[in-house]
Amino acid sequence: MAIRRALVLPLVLVLLPALISVTRAFSADSATDRRLLVLVDDLAVRSSHSIYFRSLESRGYDLQFRLADDPKLALQRYGQYLYDGLVLFSPSAKIWWLCGPYGGVGFRGFGHDLILAADPSASDLIRDIATECGVDFDEDPASVVVDHVGYAVSETNLDHTLIASDDFIQSDVILGSEKIKAPVLFRGIGHSLNPTNTMVVKVLSASPSAYSANPKTRLSKAPSLTGSAISLVSVVQARNNARILICGSLDLFSDRFFKSGVEKFKSMKKSGNEQFAVEISKWVFHERGHLKAINVRHHKVGEVAEPPMYRIKDDLEYSVEIYEWSGTSWKPYVADDVQVQFYMMSPYILKTLSNDQKGLYSASFKVPDVYGVFQFKLEYQRLGYSTLSLKAGMATHPTRLFLQSIPVRPFRHNEYERFIPAAYPYYGGSFSTMAGFFLFSVVYLYNK
Amino acid sequence: MAANEEPKGAGALRNAFGNILCFFILLLIGVIAFSIRLFSVIKYESVIHEFDPYFNYRVTQFLTKNGIYDFWNWFDDRTWYPLGRVIGGTVYPGLTLTAGSMWWILNSFNIPLSVETVCVFTAPVFSANAAWATYLLTKEVKGTGAGLTAALLLAMVPSYISRSVAGSYDNEAVAIFALIFTFYLYIKTLNTGSLFYATLNALSYFYMVCSWGGYTFIINLIPMHALLCIVTGRYSSRLYIAYAPLVVLGTLLAALVPVVGFNAVMTSEHFASFLVFIIINVVALVYYIRGILSPKMFKVATTLVVTLGITVCVAVVAVLVAMVASSPTKGWSGRSLSLLDPTYASKYIPIIASVSEHQPPTWPSYFTDINVLAFLVPAGIIGCFLPLSDASSFVILYLVTSVYFSGVMVRLMLVLAPAACIISGIALSDSFNILTQSIKVHLGKLLSSASVAGDSTSENSASQTEPKASKHTPGEKSEEITKEKQPKKNRKKEKEKEKGTVEKVSNKKQSEKRALILPLEVSVVAILLIVLLGAFYVIHCVWAAAEAYSAPSIVLTSHSHDGLHVFDDFREAYAWLRHNTEVDDKVASWWDYGYQTTAMANRTVIVDNNTWNNTHIATVGTAMSSPEKQAWEIFNSLDVKYVLVVFGGLVGYPSDDINKFLWMVRIGGGVFPHIKEPDYLRDGQYRIDSQATQTMLNCLMYKLSYYRFVETDGKGFDRVRRTEIGRKYFKLTHFEEVFTTHHWMVRIFKLKPPKNRIRGKVKKSKSGSKSNAANKIEAKGRQNPWH
Repeated sequence: MAIRRALVLPLVLVLLPALISVTRAFSADSATDRRLLVLVDDLAVRSSHSIYFRSLESRGYDLQFRLADDPKLALQRYGQYLYDGLVLFSPSAKIWWLCGPYGGVGFRGFGHDLILAADPSASDLIRDIATECGVDFDEDPASVVVDHVGYAVSETNLDHTLIASDDFIQSDVILGSEKIKAPVLFRGIGHSLNPTNTMVVKVLSASPSAYSANPKTRLSKAPSLTGSAISLVSVVQARNNARILICGSLDLFSDRFFKSGVEKFKSMKKSGNEQFAVEISKWVFHERGHLKAINVRHHKVGEVAEPPMYRIKDDLEYSVEIYEWSGTSWKPYVADDVQVQFYMMSPYILKTLSNDQKGLYSASFKVPDVYGVFQFKLEYQRLGYSTLSLKAGMATHPTRLFLQSIPVRPFRHNEYERFIPAAYPYYGGSFSTMAGFFLFSVVYLYNK
Repeated sequence: MAANEEPKGAGALRNAFGNILCFFILLLIGVIAFSIRLFSVIKYESVIHEFDPYFNYRVTQFLTKNGIYDFWNWFDDRTWYPLGRVIGGTVYPGLTLTAGSMWWILNSFNIPLSVETVCVFTAPVFSANAAWATYLLTKEVKGTGAGLTAALLLAMVPSYISRSVAGSYDNEAVAIFALIFTFYLYIKTLNTGSLFYATLNALSYFYMVCSWGGYTFIINLIPMHALLCIVTGRYSSRLYIAYAPLVVLGTLLAALVPVVGFNAVMTSEHFASFLVFIIINVVALVYYIRGILSPKMFKVATTLVVTLGITVCVAVVAVLVAMVASSPTKGWSGRSLSLLDPTYASKYIPIIASVSEHQPPTWPSYFTDINVLAFLVPAGIIGCFLPLSDASSFVILYLVTSVYFSGVMVRLMLVLAPAACIISGIALSDSFNILTQSIKVHLGKLLSSASVAGDSTSENSASQTEPKASKHTPGEKSEEITKEKQPKKNRKKEKEKEKGTVEKVSNKKQSEKRALILPLEVSVVAILLIVLLGAFYVIHCVWAAAEAYSAPSIVLTSHSHDGLHVFDDFREAYAWLRHNTEVDDKVASWWDYGYQTTAMANRTVIVDNNTWNNTHIATVGTAMSSPEKQAWEIFNSLDVKYVLVVFGGLVGYPSDDINKFLWMVRIGGGVFPHIKEPDYLRDGQYRIDSQATQTMLNCLMYKLSYYRFVETDGKGFDRVRRTEIGRKYFKLTHFEEVFTTHHWMVRIFKLKPPKNRIRGKVKKSKSGSKSNAANKIEAKGRQNPWH
């Protein structure tokens, strides 16, 4: 907590990457009792979306409902955030400070999670927050996503703005291992992603036949967002592993959509909304896909202690333990694609770590014949998983606590071979010359 | 004088008095040499100066703390991050070992001096040594009088003072002593033909190799002299003894120094000595054979050998040329090439050309650095030719070569200084000799005309000059001696006898030579003039020591109408770094400040003054000349956390980073071609005002130097460039200012961490302004919950 307070003080938007793992809001210790602030435009949302809220509460979250224009609202007090997560179910909110560095964006900056749901009445502010995250809602405030092919068949859905989408992302981590059986009902605005943004992932995209326009007016020009470029639901994982869900439809989380059936090509009794919303909120609140790496160790083969310095051509062993948070406990993470780099400006050694199925990853290799200051670099970025970025070195060495790199020295002057077999002729040559000179001197001087 | 009554005993007494006097004069010269260099301590404080001395100081600290083996094996991971530097193998250890052992000896006597104190005073102590070595060398060449004069001149020559004031803890401080002492031992061996001195000479050369890269000057000058002697028919066995052991032992010893290692036999700088070694052996063989064979047989043998020899030589030379030509730099290192071809460095190696001490000197710098010696040197050369001996020819050769080298690099003015001192010493002492002699003769005449007893005094006065006269001709003398093969003791006696005969012969000659007696008035005036000249020299030297060369350059002072200003910004900045950053943080700056940062702030640096890796320096240069974002990426890839720039625009400190910036561009552009020098120049002019190019105004160096500069005076007037800056109001996006010193001379910036998120598209201005307006309206209505 002290560290967190120290970090709040500088009022920066972002965390130092090196400290991310230390200061993450999410931690296994407080995972069971997490306070979420739910901002709503109208307290009626509390009842209209009760199934969703109940599912959160049943997973141990402490929900606090506030009106978005509540003047006494505060996210933090005395430099401490009062909430661990934020659910913005207030599309028309005009809380200007939410956008600022102390608001929602800053909130997330300190490693807190955010669910943002918009609808056609979304205010500029909500759009700004989305833009800050790398997501652009359709600029035309009146437009909604329309799909004349993939619409949900119902008698009220005449303008085909209620669409049933089943174009999910293929990721067990984000959406759970169980396949979402039915299409998800969606009514709201679409957004596009900044293609250069590597942190945003489209979770639910519209079908190729969808487009974003105002259904009440005639289309005078081609819509700016069309086809599967339209993202309906996106998630963002920031550099500090804070997670954000951005959804263009508040109704997606509503009891009505949860309960209603869906008919698209074939009729289903119940829409996939509940499963989708619950599963993805598990991901957003770090109940899934959260990795931690601990106990980074490296030492010479046959030794246990971490040396202050390696020598070129030393054989060394590197090991790290990686665990995944399952919602209740840390489980060993098993994968065969975790790699470690022995890195100095470029990776000199890149080695896949072998694991023992219990979370312990290890590799052994020979230090290259190059001296310098190296790093053990483990960078593990997989879709849906939190980023592991370790630059490990002397972390456990007492005198150099913060050193992240380890020097590799050349041979000492007395570590070279003393006698080289190939040089024996030369040794013989020099000694025989010396002996010969000595004999010559004796003969020359005393042979008269 | 008592000499009149008892000539023989009086001579011994005179000698004894002379020796004691000489000893005290030398002692005083040592005191002068030491104390004239203390101005820096008195005027400023006892600190290490400049850049390189800080590295030497740090190395010495390591040595005294960890011992010599750890020093030898030292791999330093705090410089040249992330490459590191093997300090034990890349440093000339002579200075460090000298100061380290001085510290150790003092401490073992329970004199608890700090390492820093020892380091500060190493240079003055060794300049006293150098003065004494000069005395020995010049005495070998021209006798005691010249020796004392030369030692006095060297004790206060400004050129040497510039490198050896207290605190200037650099290699040259020790190396000049080693250089002169090696030359002395070479001349001593040449004069005596003693193997003992030859061995000492090799050891002294070893010390020189340990101390300074300038040892190549010795290993080229001595072969040149040996060759000169051979060519002019002055070959003798003494020359062989002076030369051959030096090459063999010296090369073996030099190869023991890690930084030299195999270079002692692999690089072209050393080839001349091997070539002359071969030649001198061949010559020795020829002389030997000529002694055995009859003249006719010898002729036949010569023709045979010459034809054979030429073919072999051609073959060897062809092989050598092929080998040397196959290496990319033709076997020469860049610094040596720039000696032979002064334009080489500026053409090919910007990193060498960028150092101001590698530039050719200007004429005024000759006058500041050696002052009146420049005028005395020609006279001294004439003195050396009267008569020409092996030793005096060596001094002339030394002077000529060092004049050439000093014309190439300012830095090598230091090598010229001892030569100039020796030769000027000879000139002064010779002219004093002649002048006092003629005065004495005239006075004698006056006396004799008065008391009619002139004969004896004039004869006496002539005989007084004899010892010196005899010393003028050691070459002739010993050549005769060496022809006979005799045991040493016999030879000595023989020598003395011979000396006697020679003296008697020369006595007459010289009394005839004494026709060179000047009129009394002329000599008196000339002596006065010479004394005046000497006085000017002393005044100039004291001025140079007190004003010109004593500034430690980490503390600056300036006098203005409202008094003395002290700028202690460098130490302020380094102290800030030491106290406010993590031990392991990396600090990037231009390489000039690398040594100081590691030594004073104890932080890891990317590049430093040991410019061994051009690419790494070019990377930093590229970062400094790139726009902010690219620079951030380069620095981030090197794990840099802080960037340090030196900025003199507020107080008018001219050697700041903006003035050095073009070198960064050149060095960076040499490796990374996307950095082009013309982009930073407007019509070939380097400017930072509103006419400057966009590339210039956007580069990191400009931004870091002038960030918030306009806040100081409202206009942004740069006092060094004497213009208003071109871009006044700008913000930094990837860097943040963390510290700026009191006079803005050092500014430290921190790299901002990468943003936690990536923004979406830039919103259209319309909606942006709208939302801004909305924000403002809301801002009035609602208070910020943060407050």
